[in-house]
Amino acid sequence: MSVVIEAKQLTSVRAGRTLFSTLSLQLGAGEILHVEGPNGAGKSTLLRIIAGLLQPLEGEVWLFGEPQHRDPELWQRQTLFIGHKPAVKAELTALENLHFQTQLDGATDVDAWQLLETVGLLGLEDIPAQQLSAGQQRRIALARLWYSQAKLWILDEPFTALDTYGIELLHQRFQQHLENGGSLILTSHQPLTWSGERLQKIRIEHNDEELTDE
Amino acid sequence: MNKASSWQLMTTVMRRDLAVALRRRSDIINPLLFVVIVVTLFPLAVGPGPDILGRIATGVIWVAALLSSLLGSERLFRDDFLDGNLEQLVLSPAPLPLLALGKVAVHWLLSGLPLVILAPVCALLLKLPFEAWGTLMLTLLVGTPMLSAMTAVGAALTVSLGRGGALLSLLLLPLFIPLLIFAAAAVESTLVGTSAYGQVLLLAGLMLLTLMLAPLAVAAAIRVSVN
Repeated sequence: MSVVIEAKQLTSVRAGRTLFSTLSLQLGAGEILHVEGPNGAGKSTLLRIIAGLLQPLEGEVWLFGEPQHRDPELWQRQTLFIGHKPAVKAELTALENLHFQTQLDGATDVDAWQLLETVGLLGLEDIPAQQLSAGQQRRIALARLWYSQAKLWILDEPFTALDTYGIELLHQRFQQHLENGGSLILTSHQPLTWSGERLQKIRIEHNDEELTDE
Repeated sequence: MNKASSWQLMTTVMRRDLAVALRRRSDIINPLLFVVIVVTLFPLAVGPGPDILGRIATGVIWVAALLSSLLGSERLFRDDFLDGNLEQLVLSPAPLPLLALGKVAVHWLLSGLPLVILAPVCALLLKLPFEAWGTLMLTLLVGTPMLSAMTAVGAALTVSLGRGGALLSLLLLPLFIPLLIFAAAAVESTLVGTSAYGQVLLLAGLMLLTLMLAPLAVAAAIRVSVN
């Protein structure tokens, strides 16, 4: 199986505290990695390093066998990062948000209306996002997953504020993505309803250097 | 994925910023009202004699413009920072300095350009001799893009600080001094009947230099801020 992403000996220190040291991981096509750990342990930091937003103190991240700095463009086109801030413009409506987002992602052939229907926001398209609930805003943010061609999705707490139906919908989408040979890294405090050997787990603990890799 | 060119990405970012700004019109209008009010305060404070007002007019208008450019400049990247869009800009395939230039351009369209258009009103209120109006507008036209670009650098540097407003003003105002000197000198030249060509060209040169370098600084500052 081809290796999609590989982190080698990552060490990260934030505000004088070692979040993790010599952390290594490997994820192949069609695999899902669940990063677990208590609040503030460094899960988001790890995801941001993998997404290329943060530089680790030591170590490297490789995508398709290329180090991050060698081909930033490949990186930006093949990864999709959605952080816990939804990147939704509060002043714009759901439809406008999706319209601009698809263009920013270069997916100009995507029908924003179709997308609204998929994520269950039809009928709310002309309400400014700030008047929508947190879960509905998250749906706008997550709509990117339904047209993204990126091989690697990096999602920080994607289930936050979603209702059970939304979570179910997201799981279905994850399944499709993995079946198409995509990979997925996510953090979540909710137990994943995932079965099968495709799931890897990594746990980051508070006590500085302790790391267990299952 | 259809590859959108960097240029298309920049214009999309600009259109989105414009759409957001048009939903918050008060943010555009308030700094302009501020300028008009500051300018109207001066005749009340120093007396309506045309000789005094006419002489201080350029200085007053320009200082009011500098201060108004600081109003709300915090917001230039703050919302993007808070809602996560700044992260997404960093991750965008388009070069970050180009996107930064786009944001500077939108900022200028909404703050600098209206100021240029408003300048004759201010000039009238301060009894600036008519022959100098053109030069005043010209200095504003070449000077305000510089204001937007430099404000963007400051805003990007302070975006993650929470309340960076006062710090931002302290950082930026000293940098505006050359702008103020040459703009005032240009209008002064016109008033004494010589050509303001030299000063305006110098301002234009400074503007081009700032527009070239500021996006790089903004991009670097954004990368630090999302870190």
